[in-house]
Amino acid sequence: MKEQDIQHVAKLSKLSLSQDDLHQFTSQLTDIVHMVERLNEVDTEGVAVTANVVHDINVMREDVAVKGTDRDLLMTNVPEHEDGFIKVPVIIDNGEAGA
Amino acid sequence: MTKWYDKSVEELHDLLVKKEITATELTKETFNRLKETEPKIDAFLALNEEKALEQAKLIDEKGIAAEDVLAGIPIGIKDNIVTKGLRTTAASKMLENFDPIYDATVMSKLYDKQMIPVGKLNMDEFAMGGSTENSAFKPTKNAWDQRKVPGGSSGGSAAAVAAGQVPVSLGSDTGGSIRQPAAFNGIVGMKPTYGRVSRFGLIAFASSLDQIGPLTRTVRDNALVLEAISGQDERDSTSASHPVANYVADIDAGVKGMKLAVPKEFMGEGVEAGVRESVQAAIEKFRELGATVEEVSLPNIAYSVEAYYIIASSEASSNLQRFDGIRYGYRADDCQNLEEVYIKTRSEGFGDEVKRRIMLGTFSLSAGYYDAYFKKAGQIRTLIKEEFLSVLKEYDLIIGPTAPTVAYNLGENIKDPLTMYAADILTIPVNLAGLPGMSIPCGLSNGLPVGLQIIGSYFDEKTMYQAAYAFEQGTEFHKLQPEILGGNN
Repeated sequence: MKEQDIQHVAKLSKLSLSQDDLHQFTSQLTDIVHMVERLNEVDTEGVAVTANVVHDINVMREDVAVKGTDRDLLMTNVPEHEDGFIKVPVIIDNGEAGA
Repeated sequence: MTKWYDKSVEELHDLLVKKEITATELTKETFNRLKETEPKIDAFLALNEEKALEQAKLIDEKGIAAEDVLAGIPIGIKDNIVTKGLRTTAASKMLENFDPIYDATVMSKLYDKQMIPVGKLNMDEFAMGGSTENSAFKPTKNAWDQRKVPGGSSGGSAAAVAAGQVPVSLGSDTGGSIRQPAAFNGIVGMKPTYGRVSRFGLIAFASSLDQIGPLTRTVRDNALVLEAISGQDERDSTSASHPVANYVADIDAGVKGMKLAVPKEFMGEGVEAGVRESVQAAIEKFRELGATVEEVSLPNIAYSVEAYYIIASSEASSNLQRFDGIRYGYRADDCQNLEEVYIKTRSEGFGDEVKRRIMLGTFSLSAGYYDAYFKKAGQIRTLIKEEFLSVLKEYDLIIGPTAPTVAYNLGENIKDPLTMYAADILTIPVNLAGLPGMSIPCGLSNGLPVGLQIIGSYFDEKTMYQAAYAFEQGTEFHKLQPEILGGNN
């Protein structure tokens, strides 16, 4: 993997990397991806994918309304809030449209 | 007062029922012991002293009946299990100020049994790691030798129990995070069948692999606590409807007539000599106790580390999207716009190992790579699961080492992710298959504990406990104590 590939993955992951981090992660992730490519040795033609190992399929419950969590309580861990709303910086930056 | 901190849950229960000690005294003594031993072990991230004493007082007022086996017993909780009003960080800067507004289901179950949570235990950040060195706050030390790692990710949970800070703790296990630290600290650790214990309130790492389980110094204690936390939960649709067994009833049934399998891949070159010798001796012990032990082969487990790191990292990259600085947790300062809040918060809040796994997972799931990586890993997972199930059709249990080595030096492997990942080879396949696995002490190598792993069929924890109990009663290994607990002289 090249540094530009890692930059791309970091961008998708919403991470920014310093130059040092980029060097280190490129070398480590290259090794890790190289390691996992060993899976190609195994013939998996026609083998189903296991995504989970749950034992109960379609867990149903009665459709009854239950009281939600109190709004003030929900705000306990919100970094910034005002009048019962979560506060964030501007979404549309410098008048740029389309956010 | 006689020495109490090396006593088992059941022994403490006897003292409580006979009123030789009150819950309040036991709780106070626990905090004294914690304050005395923490400078050496560093297992705890937060203490719950005030509330624990209030709870103990109520328990004393009410009185402890003979059947309330867990009432008044102190317990430590891994810090990725949310505890109402008690800071929960998952050992991450991302959650350094997080005070949950609800309890995980396992916590409600512990409160129902009147257990007393005394604090939150250190771990690798978001449970990613095998040495507890990835904690954003501090490394925990092995109870046997404070220059060694306690294992991980439930390193705090294991060291605290082994060092006699608490008789029992809860950990979580995604690829070995209960069993490997239990092995490194010479105690009993159980990762139950996937779905046996509710994950509601467990901060998600890899949802298809994560399970909560108990760490204790005796097999019977472990069985008691697993029974208390098990069961279907409407808040976790992956929790199983399968009835919960009484694990302690018939625990002394013995292993006579049991058929045990040892996969030859578990005893290969990568396993260090001292570990292999201890496990060989354990195999002989099981034969002596009346079990049949035969060698089998599970060839595809050779690929389990690779498959695991794709699957676990992919699930983690999705689960950890929620940490964006908006609703809870850390938020970076001086952000000009929303996008910057996300990026700066995550870049400053996550440690390196978490970032590596988020990126590996994002890569494995990204356009053009999904089939070659994520899908391929899911297919290998099927092959590994089928191999296990075919062996478990013929055999009651599978046994082998829990980890290829004993505890290593602090700082030794932390710069080398590949070496760290490879060390999970013997525990990871069990999570991929969703089977129950446990580790029990089976000897020492170079003065450090060796763990024997026992793997069972789905929901057959009962048979595992029977075998573990027979081994424990037939050997002296569980009586070995680290210096901090009293030593062996």
